[in-house]
Amino acid sequence: MALDRWIALAFIALCCVYGYAAFFTMDDLLPPILQRNPVWPSTFPKILTVMGIVVGLIVLFTPKPSGDKAEIKDGTIDLSRLGDYHVGQAIGLLVLMVAYALTLRPFGFLGATIGFLVFGATLLGERRFHVLIPVAVIAAGSIWYLVQEVLGIFLRPWPGFLM
Amino acid sequence: MLEGLMLGLSAAVTPFNLIMVVMGCVIGTLIGMLPGLGPMSIIAIMIPVAIGIGDPTAALILLSGVYYGAIFGGSTSSILLNAPGVAGTVATAFDGYPMARKGQAGKALTIAAVASFAGGTIGAILLMIFAPALSSVALLFHSAEYFALMVVGLSAIAAFAGTGQVAKALMMTILGLMMGTVGEGALSNMPRFTFGMMELQSGFSFITLAMAMFALPEALFLVMNPARAATGDSGKITGMRITGAEARSIAPVIGRQSIQGFFIGVLPGAGATIASFLGYAVERNIAKGAEQEEFGKGSIKGLAAPETANNAACTGSFVPLLTLGIPGSGTTAILLGALLALNVTPGPRLMTDEPQVFWAVIISMYIGNLVLLILNLPLIPYIAKILTIPRTFLIPFILFFTLMGSYLGQNNSTELLILVGFGVIATILRFADYPLAPLLIGFILGTMLEDNFGRAMQLYRGFGFLLERPMTLALLVLAALLVVLPSFRAYRARRRAEGVADGD
Repeated sequence: MALDRWIALAFIALCCVYGYAAFFTMDDLLPPILQRNPVWPSTFPKILTVMGIVVGLIVLFTPKPSGDKAEIKDGTIDLSRLGDYHVGQAIGLLVLMVAYALTLRPFGFLGATIGFLVFGATLLGERRFHVLIPVAVIAAGSIWYLVQEVLGIFLRPWPGFLM
Repeated sequence: MLEGLMLGLSAAVTPFNLIMVVMGCVIGTLIGMLPGLGPMSIIAIMIPVAIGIGDPTAALILLSGVYYGAIFGGSTSSILLNAPGVAGTVATAFDGYPMARKGQAGKALTIAAVASFAGGTIGAILLMIFAPALSSVALLFHSAEYFALMVVGLSAIAAFAGTGQVAKALMMTILGLMMGTVGEGALSNMPRFTFGMMELQSGFSFITLAMAMFALPEALFLVMNPARAATGDSGKITGMRITGAEARSIAPVIGRQSIQGFFIGVLPGAGATIASFLGYAVERNIAKGAEQEEFGKGSIKGLAAPETANNAACTGSFVPLLTLGIPGSGTTAILLGALLALNVTPGPRLMTDEPQVFWAVIISMYIGNLVLLILNLPLIPYIAKILTIPRTFLIPFILFFTLMGSYLGQNNSTELLILVGFGVIATILRFADYPLAPLLIGFILGTMLEDNFGRAMQLYRGFGFLLERPMTLALLVLAALLVVLPSFRAYRARRRAEGVADGD
């Protein structure tokens, strides 16, 4: 089964969960006075659930137009050769983004950002650290200045124990 | 109209706003050239900055500058590298790249700049004429009609998604609508679908969602497939002059395509991508004999047509946004979100309540187009240099900007985890060829759709408004037709699928 049908199936499952919440659990919390209202907070989600399941089923069961695979555009990803792409690097970057989210508070903005930029570039194969580290430091510093001083949004620059 | 223009002039022509126009155009051009970063991603990245400015006029001026800049920048990489940065400039590469290969890169860039300028300027004039008329009609609309109109907009977006994509686009729209219901609803202050999580109380942040849907998957695609960012050497750019004969031959093309592109841009869901492809196709069919043969091999008409059309369509897409408050494309949907964050509600009341915003945007369109022309013609050779930034530097920075964008909106690092999570989901959806723009539009329109639906239900004590208000009924029938007709035709024809599903 092609990936898009799996997604359609997952979407139908999501609709079922969503619909269960809308049809069976939400209305219990509604105060009686609001129950006289013609429209409840759950009305719209209920309509969406029904529509979602119908459309999901249509996607799931529509036959694929033939000859669809003929043109694979330059630069798009062909799923059947997924192994040929740098999937590892992409996953590594995603992990790095999660790490950034977790270290932003404890390490401070400057530490986390410089770390993210340096490790990200290293992961992608950059080895010229004498260029990379100054670029990361300058970028992190100037963006911190821009956000903190120009836009006036507070960003803690240093690790928590320093300030 | 004249007093509106004066109002706009006085609001837009302040030193600060002029700096905003210039800055927006420059940033848009620079980032738009990078393959994969379309106007949607760039505007999403710029939103925290725009909101930080605080003044809606200046913010909208900045963002629309970024928008034109991005479309223009996208054409630069299409022409020089055959690597369109934006879906809307794919058609530009058809004839632009062959011209560059023949050593006419300078001329091609000049034609692109002039055609963009003309398309954008004529589009702005048309916007000035049509928007006030449309918004006075729109004042007659009640919540029932608004509800129906938004349904029409959403189904039009799905309908224009391309053959074989309608059901998928519809599915994404519904997913977007569902995500819009998370958090406290407007009808009652009851938290819905939050699963007891405090972070979801106010719903998903639209900036995070925009970043996760567009910028993040694009960056991951660049990582996975380096060929996507195929960087070549920019080479020498010489001979930027256009001869008189050439100017005469492209003038009618520019005239036709400005108008056609504008009206396609007005239609919800069509946008710059469709306008540019359609513009190219129409001009190729109109051209005679030898000129038609030339298309695809470096025809100046074939270059001017999509370039004019996509810029005119960008301007056209502001019409439904500013007059009805309904975004017609992913980009205007992001603009709408930014405006709401700045406490401006686009819609028919915008012209009466805050006319300075409306007119300042129109004036800034003229200024922006002029700035693009003046700024970019001499800078073309230098601009191309940005394409030589190694991807090892580029990609971490793109990712960092997406992280920053969503962090600054909420000042909360949970938001970053949500961003990564949705980014992964969006990447998988992209793998399976699901269009993501409908999801974002559904998400943004969802709250408004539900508000108007709820209000209509309360006024008519139930579903009666569907039958009692003829206009509502007509609009809903139209929406149904929009969805069913293409599917029906696709079913009958079952021809090859088009690949133009990407939003602009």
